[in-house]
Amino acid sequence: MTALAAPRRRRRRGFGDGRDAWLLVLPALIPVVLVSVYPLLQGILLGFTDAKAGLNQPTNYNGIDNYARLLDNELFWKSFRIGLIWAFGVTILQFLASLGLALLLNLNLRLRWLARTLALVPWAMPPVIIAIMWKMMLNPTYGPINEMMRSVGLPGDINWLGDFSTALPAVIVVGVWAGMPQTTITLLAGLQSVSPDLHEAAAIDGAGVWQRFWHVTLPALRPVIVAITSLDLIWNFNSFALVFVLTAGGPGGQTMLPMLFAYNEAFRYGNFGYAAALGNVMVVVIAAFLFFYLRGQARSRHQ
Amino acid sequence: MTMLSRTPVRAPVNRARGYSRPLQYLALAGYVVFLGFPLLFLLATSVKTPQELQSGDSSLLPRSFNLNNFGDAIQKANLVQAAGNSLYVAVLTTVIVTVISLPAAYALSRFRTKLRGVATGWILLSQVFPFILIVIPVFLVLKQVGLVNHPLGLVLVYTVWCLPFALWMLRGYVTAVPVELEEAGAMDGASRLRVLWSIVLPLLAPGLVATSLFTFISSWNEFFFALVLIQDPHLQTLPLTLARFVGAEGQVQLGQLAAASLLATIPSLVFFLLIQRRLTSGLMSGAVKG
Repeated sequence: MTALAAPRRRRRRGFGDGRDAWLLVLPALIPVVLVSVYPLLQGILLGFTDAKAGLNQPTNYNGIDNYARLLDNELFWKSFRIGLIWAFGVTILQFLASLGLALLLNLNLRLRWLARTLALVPWAMPPVIIAIMWKMMLNPTYGPINEMMRSVGLPGDINWLGDFSTALPAVIVVGVWAGMPQTTITLLAGLQSVSPDLHEAAAIDGAGVWQRFWHVTLPALRPVIVAITSLDLIWNFNSFALVFVLTAGGPGGQTMLPMLFAYNEAFRYGNFGYAAALGNVMVVVIAAFLFFYLRGQARSRHQ
Repeated sequence: MTMLSRTPVRAPVNRARGYSRPLQYLALAGYVVFLGFPLLFLLATSVKTPQELQSGDSSLLPRSFNLNNFGDAIQKANLVQAAGNSLYVAVLTTVIVTVISLPAAYALSRFRTKLRGVATGWILLSQVFPFILIVIPVFLVLKQVGLVNHPLGLVLVYTVWCLPFALWMLRGYVTAVPVELEEAGAMDGASRLRVLWSIVLPLLAPGLVATSLFTFISSWNEFFFALVLIQDPHLQTLPLTLARFVGAEGQVQLGQLAAASLLATIPSLVFFLLIQRRLTSGLMSGAVKG
């Protein structure tokens, strides 16, 4: 492997030098620094200030004041608990549902094209429209879900998005629906790169379907699984549009994801510093989870 | 050789599948219903008359097939204006992203500099940070230069927001073009620019199309930045207008809402189905080939 890589590297180096690379990257670098890196750093700093909306407000550093206030804020704790239930709930269910679908799509079934096409559609749809569609689906009076429940004799008047106990589960189902495409397609691509020879060898050795799935498919798929579940977790934790349109955080804050909480703080109440502090906490939380997850995965792979 | 080795093995596999096949079809049907039913419902709602919708009968087969909802939806809710705004922002973003990411992707694929590690780190890192951290300072900066409530402000933000992904994909496509072809061109006396123009670019074209269409879809669908940066109703993009429509309209306008939603989805959907195969392979090649 190293023997193969070495001449290729040398050839590439001879092909141009670092200054050319900088020139080529520059047009992309300038907007990135101006609109991404600089605001990001400023946003992190803003989390340690008492910045407010409005032009003539003086801004002062207030150290860890924001964070002390956050820790005291019951709504903040509630929002983060909801955010974690949402992010983990959606990511895990999404992964299981997508793995099942990817395994089915990998078989030689008829009508596979239909399922494959349908599985891609949510990827292309604007999140706002996914939310509008599901809001209609879940409506207590004219929604088809309640209608179906009525037709089989169940109480079909549930206000899915308006009821304290059903709102969070309902938005999680919508989150799974919306996020299945990427996960399914990624897992399917991973499955298709698992060598059939491995399966055949295992089958010759007398391994059953489950054994082959558990001992051949799953280990081969592992890097793909780790990558896509990590990304899903980040995306879900940071998601906004879907739940904003579905419930706007209601009822009674039952679906107030951290992003919605921060948005309200910043752009409804004008507490820029406080909202940025919330963002900082979100980064730390998600980074901590990813760190332990990826380290755990790396360790068990070495064993 | 493969034929010989495969035939005896396939037999037990098939037998094992023999009794599980109906179960597999059942599961597939379950997925088709879960994924397809909401779409079918949206489609059915969009062609029903207001009377039929009010009767509370939510059967999937509409008794009438009327397209009035589409016409009404277009007339109301400033849908045309919003679509125009969305188109302007999405097209401009796509052009800029493509123009600036192409040379960068080429450099990141072909040159071994420190830049490559930095860029990869930034691409991954940019996924982790919640938008709220970026959007407040961006809002403040854009306000100072007068680009809040301005389509160009949105274009600027979308450009940077779409760039990591576009770079990631394009780099994969560039890497897939053999360096040997460029070297052959150079040996035949073609200038550097000529090599890029006549050899690399044509081979890159399909990947370039996929990347730009994906950028278009992302900008067309985006909601959060638009919500923060655009307040003027005349400048609103489609997702904003539709989100407002849903809040303002009652049950009676259900058909129009469904029709408007479908119309707003069509451009992304068509583009997406065009590029989906390239997209998935581009993602994978971007991920696998360093």
